[in-house]
Amino acid sequence: MSSVPMTAQTAGKGAARAAARRRGHGGFGSNRRPKWLTYVILALVVVLSIAPLYYTLLLGSSDQQTISKHVIPQWLPDASIFDRFSDVINTDSFNFTKALTNSIIISVVTAFSVVLFSTLAGFAFAKLRFKGRRGLLVFVIATTAVPTQLGVIPLWIIVTDLGWQNKIQAVIIPALVSAFGVFWMTQYLESALPYELIEAARVDGASMIRTFWSVALPAARPAAAMLALFTFIQQWTNFFWPSIVLSQDNATLPVVVKLLQGSFHTDYSLVMAGVFLTTVPLIIVFILAGRQLVAGIMQGAVKG
Amino acid sequence: MTALTTAPTPPRVGPPEKRRRRVGFSQRLSRWDVKVSPYLYVSPFFIIFAITGLFPLLYTGWVSMHKWTLIGGDAGYTGFDNFTAIFQQGEFWLSLRNTFMIFLLSSVPQVIIAIVLAAILNQNIRAKTFWRMGVLIPYIVAPVAVGLIFGQLFADQYGVINTALSAIGLPKIGWHSNTFASWTAIATMVNFRWIGYNTLIFLAAMQAVPADLYEAAVIDGAGRMRQFFSITLPQIRSTIIFVVITSTIGGLQIFDEPRTFDTYGTGGPSHQWETTTMYLWNLGWGPQQNLGRAAAVAWLLFVVIVIFALINYFVSSRISTSDARRGTSKQSRGRRGSTDRKGATR
Repeated sequence: MSSVPMTAQTAGKGAARAAARRRGHGGFGSNRRPKWLTYVILALVVVLSIAPLYYTLLLGSSDQQTISKHVIPQWLPDASIFDRFSDVINTDSFNFTKALTNSIIISVVTAFSVVLFSTLAGFAFAKLRFKGRRGLLVFVIATTAVPTQLGVIPLWIIVTDLGWQNKIQAVIIPALVSAFGVFWMTQYLESALPYELIEAARVDGASMIRTFWSVALPAARPAAAMLALFTFIQQWTNFFWPSIVLSQDNATLPVVVKLLQGSFHTDYSLVMAGVFLTTVPLIIVFILAGRQLVAGIMQGAVKG
Repeated sequence: MTALTTAPTPPRVGPPEKRRRRVGFSQRLSRWDVKVSPYLYVSPFFIIFAITGLFPLLYTGWVSMHKWTLIGGDAGYTGFDNFTAIFQQGEFWLSLRNTFMIFLLSSVPQVIIAIVLAAILNQNIRAKTFWRMGVLIPYIVAPVAVGLIFGQLFADQYGVINTALSAIGLPKIGWHSNTFASWTAIATMVNFRWIGYNTLIFLAAMQAVPADLYEAAVIDGAGRMRQFFSITLPQIRSTIIFVVITSTIGGLQIFDEPRTFDTYGTGGPSHQWETTTMYLWNLGWGPQQNLGRAAAVAWLLFVVIVIFALINYFVSSRISTSDARRGTSKQSRGRRGSTDRKGATR
């Protein structure tokens, strides 16, 4: 939409022309390409964002003697980092392969269940009429602000009673639902799922669950994909509770990162190679779905 | 059928007399389906949340009133003994101070830098997606990993930052010995991971600001700085409140970064960067193994977080209402403009 005609309408012809002229000199609504300084600042920010990860590659490609003499041992990583990777994978201090498998299982299962339960609840909150709907929805929104992380002591007591110490279900079960997820799907379905579609399905004789499955779920797909992505990353980087219930023979990758520090503190090239190794899966996720991640954050901001 | 959805006036389906004739088992089943389904759909969330979220939070209060050890379990009601014992511990107050200072040093610069970066990204730049993805990279590094990497960057002897400082003739800083320096280092880790994320939130808010507000400002002769302070900032205020409150709730629970800042993970030789969540962890799962006291700390921290979130909410909403009063004329002009625009696109 061209803004000149509208300005002309509201403020007169001269003003419109003046505004168009002045817009040439900058301003935030300007269509003009910004100057080189903008790109220099942005490039600097991106370099600073990558630098710490790149530094782990450099230290990982070196060895302890070199690191203790030169802060930056070399400028490019080399193949010797793969030896460090295999040292980390084959160490006796913890079970890396098991931790990787656990992280994958926990992140995938919780992402799936958060999406399923949030979409179900979101569908009900956004589109169905039932007693107590408003009150329950307010409760959900309020709980997004409650620091549930502080419930670790009773959780620990329950887990011990059940004999679930060092078992991954102790990490999975508390993460099966998310108040944020319910809120997110409610917001999305409110605007993305027209009532006409639901009514049409009902007229055709579809049951409620059938309506959910073949009408609501397909409509929810874009928001569901983003919610899955966020839950996956959140669980992949989760440390506090897993570090309490899991131990070195059955850990997750963030717990392994802490163990790296304790086991190899005499050889920082090993520690840093390990840190990089635990980040690789998320780097892959970022390369494949970084665009969706950006879109998801920006969409959540406008709606939330 | 009429009670099916939340639509203001749901369309009637079929003539009523036709429906009445079909009242039978399947009809009753369908009514039951409509009535019960919503509760069925929201129940998984509420049941699991009640067990793993709400109950533990309340049960923490119960445990905090008991002598309760990691191995021995419940050893009887003690009233507020755990609380009074904690209030007498200097370590508790130190941990609160550390948490608060790290929170302050991370949230304030974080919000400011994120807003500035968002304003830069909000221009008509080339390769938008590339830059947006670029600022988000730190988000995929786990906080524990950030703690380890920055622990190395901020190393007292061979760290990159101290080496750079001495290269330009400045004295080295004791990042792990000086109290304030350790807070700064940990706050830097938090900022590193969250600035990009918050930048994108602010960017989205800035893009939702109606363009005609800027046009009106240009007509009034406002420069870029004036536009930023008089239009952009007031318009994204609710987003700022949102970010401040979420960062309060998260920031006051900080654990991962300070725990991996050094090898021991206990918050420094004289607790200079031990946060309250670390103190909670040390009480419960450290040498003391005192779950009762850890629960008391958890409950106190919970209260502190709620108070802080409320203070932040009231302070920021007060600022925003007083500002709204000042800019009423401009805002109403903008709203009218945006409805016009909606009409035009239809």
